[in-house]
Amino acid sequence: MEKKVLVLAEIREGEIRNVSFEAIAAAKKVANGGEVVGLLLGERVSHLTKELIQHGADRVITVEDRNLNVYTTDAYLQAIIQVIDYEKPEGFILGHTAIGKDVSPRIAAKLKTGLISDAVSVEVVGEEVLFTRPIYSGKAFEKKIVQEGIVFATIRPNNIQPLDKEPSRTGHVTSIAVDIKDLRTIVKDIVRKTTSGIDLSEAKVIVSGGRGVKNAEGFKPLQELANVLGGAVGASRGACDADYCDYSMQIGQTGKVVTPDLYIACGISGAIQHVAGMSNSKVIIAINKDPEAPIFSIADYGIVGDLFEVVPMLTEEIKNLKVTN
Amino acid sequence: MNIFVILKRTFDTEEKITISNGKVNEDGAEFIINPYDEYAVEEAITLRDAHGGEVTVITVGEEESEKELRTALAIGADKAVLINNEDVEDFDQFSTSSILAAYLKEKEVDIILAGNVAVDNGSGQVGPRLAEELGIPALTTITKLTVDGGKATVERDIEGDVEVVEVSLPLLVTCQQGLNEPRYPSLPGIMKAKKKPLEKLDLDDIDLDEDDVEAKTKTVEQFLPPEKEAGKILEGEMEKQVQELVSLLRNEAKVM
Repeated sequence: MEKKVLVLAEIREGEIRNVSFEAIAAAKKVANGGEVVGLLLGERVSHLTKELIQHGADRVITVEDRNLNVYTTDAYLQAIIQVIDYEKPEGFILGHTAIGKDVSPRIAAKLKTGLISDAVSVEVVGEEVLFTRPIYSGKAFEKKIVQEGIVFATIRPNNIQPLDKEPSRTGHVTSIAVDIKDLRTIVKDIVRKTTSGIDLSEAKVIVSGGRGVKNAEGFKPLQELANVLGGAVGASRGACDADYCDYSMQIGQTGKVVTPDLYIACGISGAIQHVAGMSNSKVIIAINKDPEAPIFSIADYGIVGDLFEVVPMLTEEIKNLKVTN
Repeated sequence: MNIFVILKRTFDTEEKITISNGKVNEDGAEFIINPYDEYAVEEAITLRDAHGGEVTVITVGEEESEKELRTALAIGADKAVLINNEDVEDFDQFSTSSILAAYLKEKEVDIILAGNVAVDNGSGQVGPRLAEELGIPALTTITKLTVDGGKATVERDIEGDVEVVEVSLPLLVTCQQGLNEPRYPSLPGIMKAKKKPLEKLDLDDIDLDEDDVEAKTKTVEQFLPPEKEAGKILEGEMEKQVQELVSLLRNEAKVM
């Protein structure tokens, strides 16, 4: 059955996040030949409509309101619920991001519907839309369906291939006015802590350090390697507990769960909790002095050696490669 | 202050996962308090000690969850409530949050603390859903909480950056790593916990029917990820190894 599917397009630093293009690709499947409608919320967003259409949205709705300039649950919830009431979509897809994770359960509660969070793939079998999602931090997976109400899901960044950009695609743009009131939270400040502005959950390359980095300074060579690869720096719980870095960098069962194309584990032994957070990375490299470290059993490629020797060499080698190309 | 903690009994994170008949096998597994909920319990106790009041831990689950509730009491919570869901056939986050909301609607609430996510199902839905049903604000993935009178200042982890937010009580927060260092139960705590009140309720007791809370989603299948083939450990002179690695990444793995 054809469906009308709404997609929340997230904006960061003035640009649409890649996960939103991935959400459009997921929505295309759910729509099953129906209409995919992109939703842009913010203060001035109309210049971004074209890009959404070029990435596969059939139509775009813009909601411009000064209360939507900075994300708050209340403002987004009110705006989205009003758009849903007006559009009556049969599906709704968001990224499983800080915003998606925060607002989608509240929308689901308000609509009294089901919600499948953190999906990594979607397939349509007959009349059913099946979402696959990790459970037990990726040690297992499950397939789920929404039994009643709209097909509602958040998708994990980096798992669904976005559609190729088609500059010639066109589509309608509708502007909707909403009424936003009684905001209960005030955002006082946002402190940027992420290195090079690349978020771990969306990074294609992650260079991660464990206790083997020895101290906060020890992350420097990792950062340099991440810089040449255009990636982000992560850490194991061991490194965070030892105060070598901030907990916001922690990858693992009680930290962030990541799925980059390339994961480089430096001085990380490979405790089961850490592995749970990164084992679904496409390619894993382990660099560790201890040849018995469990990380080697899940790595695609391993180097037994001192990270302080290996990592700078690797950075140089990749730099040279870039120069010769 | 009336402080409530939403707690979940989960698989021990060390457990190996096996599947039988298309479902994760729970037989003989060790269970623990969901690790994120430990931050919630710790923060609740700290708040009570600073501002006075009472900490109640609540779980929706099977009879066995009493063990995890007793642990929370031993850590320092004052009261516990176990709402039995064994009669509900299909269960999801809609069910849990509806049950919790039915119970909490009748209570005076200043602050509710929950884990950011449960390490078994990993949906992160129950906290925000509950807040919506109770009509109170929620702040997710918090790393700092300061309560002053009827107001709270909260720091949230937003994908690695920190957001500072002001909000009024009543409030629900979900706790993220970095918020605090959870304490362990002490021996006197364990002895005291045996005498602390633990209330056991059924859906009838909170005026709910099984039909009211039937799941809105359905799990069709659970399965293990494909086993990874053994990787390649490089050998030889270090410089050669690094060159070989880069070449493998370019030509074999094609990630560069």
